[in-house]
Amino acid sequence: MEQYKLSVASSPHASSPVGTKNLMRDVLIALIPAMVMGVWVFGPRALTMTLVSVVFCEIFEWGYCKLMHKPNPIGDLSAAITGVLLVFVCPVTLPYWTIIIGDFFAIVIVKQLFGGLGTNFLNPALAGRAFLMLSYPVPMTTWVLPGKENWVGMLSAADAVTGSTPLSVDFMKSAENASAAVEQFSMSDMFIGNIGGCVGEVSAIALLIGGIYLIAKGVIRIRIPAAYILTVAVLTLVFSRAPEGYNIFLWMLRELFAGGLFLGAFFMATDYVTSPNTPKGEIIFGIGAGLLVVFIRYFGGYPEGVCYSILVMNICVWLIDKYTLPKRFGVTAEMRKAEKEKAKAAKKAAKEGSEA
Amino acid sequence: MNVKKQFFEGLITQNPALVQLLGMCPMLAITTSMFNGIGMGVAVIVILTCSNVVISALRKIIPSKVRIACYIVVIAGFVTMVDLLLKAFIPALSKSLGLFIPLIVVNCIILGRAEGFASKNGIGASALDGIFQGFGNMVALTIMCIIREFLGAGTFGGGLLNGGAGFQILPENVVALGMILPVGGFLTLGVVIAAVQYFMSKPKKSKEVAK
Repeated sequence: MEQYKLSVASSPHASSPVGTKNLMRDVLIALIPAMVMGVWVFGPRALTMTLVSVVFCEIFEWGYCKLMHKPNPIGDLSAAITGVLLVFVCPVTLPYWTIIIGDFFAIVIVKQLFGGLGTNFLNPALAGRAFLMLSYPVPMTTWVLPGKENWVGMLSAADAVTGSTPLSVDFMKSAENASAAVEQFSMSDMFIGNIGGCVGEVSAIALLIGGIYLIAKGVIRIRIPAAYILTVAVLTLVFSRAPEGYNIFLWMLRELFAGGLFLGAFFMATDYVTSPNTPKGEIIFGIGAGLLVVFIRYFGGYPEGVCYSILVMNICVWLIDKYTLPKRFGVTAEMRKAEKEKAKAAKKAAKEGSEA
Repeated sequence: MNVKKQFFEGLITQNPALVQLLGMCPMLAITTSMFNGIGMGVAVIVILTCSNVVISALRKIIPSKVRIACYIVVIAGFVTMVDLLLKAFIPALSKSLGLFIPLIVVNCIILGRAEGFASKNGIGASALDGIFQGFGNMVALTIMCIIREFLGAGTFGGGLLNGGAGFQILPENVVALGMILPVGGFLTLGVVIAAVQYFMSKPKKSKEVAK
């Protein structure tokens, strides 16, 4: 009932019951379908990994705040989201201790050292993944085959049957490999999620359900995911890598369903803290991230570029926000011009003053 | 008293690497094993002390308009000497530091101390300043090395202890490779600087609260 307290302060006095906690709870609810699909495809280890990650994220957050005498942030669930998302962008065979290192990096280094929730400049989960990718390249790119007969053990993942993902390098970089990918992964498998990949990214439909839930609830706005996915769609349609004789529209859908595009678009690019605040800025952010995804997939050394595309655009957010400021009400072009000149003159005067 | 003050300035309050943020390039690039860190630190101490002494001795002769060029000539002379000496007597270090030995010529710590201290103070004080500032730099380099080497390669004292291999503390499949890469350099430096600033500002803060 905290939010209904009468606050004796300057306006606004009325406060909305929607807080960080409610929003984060909605995001967690939206992630449930993807979690279910992850467990269905990769086995119960996906669930235990997620639980371990969530618990350790909260422990690191609590521990850091305790150490620094900050208010206890456990209630707002944001660390839990980071924990879930970090597992969702890692392969299921990753050892538990690696996940915990990723949690530490995401929560302590990326989030808390920069001031905690609201002031981190990178998406913590993706930064954690980027660090794990740099530090443990082999476990981070060991993919298992989907399906119950290939479920990996709860404790040790040594017995996993490895396979490739639709985006693995050996598939997408040449025409023959692309046709092999068409044979190995059917369209419906890719849509439902019966493919190899990271824990949470395999099922396009589950992520889509979660994304639509979030948009319908008003937790996220549609601009970033729409701009992001459309950019990738248009580029992969126009500059198609489809094998000879394959329908380029279907190929475009394959490119959209493969990899973590939906997960990134709905759950990571829309992170409030690390996305622009203005409508125009959100669209620029989405388009920029979409361009980067396609560039990295086509020309980069990695088969998938969602993680880095969002991280790079996160770094640009301050710039986007600065140049997409909305027009102030009641200010004409002349007034703005005069203001600019005044600022220029003041700057010049200050410069001369400092030189003298 | 003055010597003591100079010592603490060099080591902590005005640490050239962690507080003045000078000489970041070798700080990020070579701090991957303890051998590199200490070797670079010692090389900088020698060059900084010698160049401080010479520049301090010449401070009344050097015209102020061309002073930077004069400093660079002096520094470059000592760097060449150290470079050749290392090649002759410690080829392993010379090989592992590579280009970063000649690059000490443009290391901001040395030029900064020449401009900021040696050109204004006597020979004795300048020599001490060189030693202390160089020592502070070496300590910072060694801290960076220990952290990065431990996390990135799992060893302690690589290239120096245990016949050059160092002591393996973490198993090789557990170490975070990223800490040895340039990324790890930036991360470690950021965290170390943050920690130093935090502990330096702490006593001040509590005093302010007490007031």
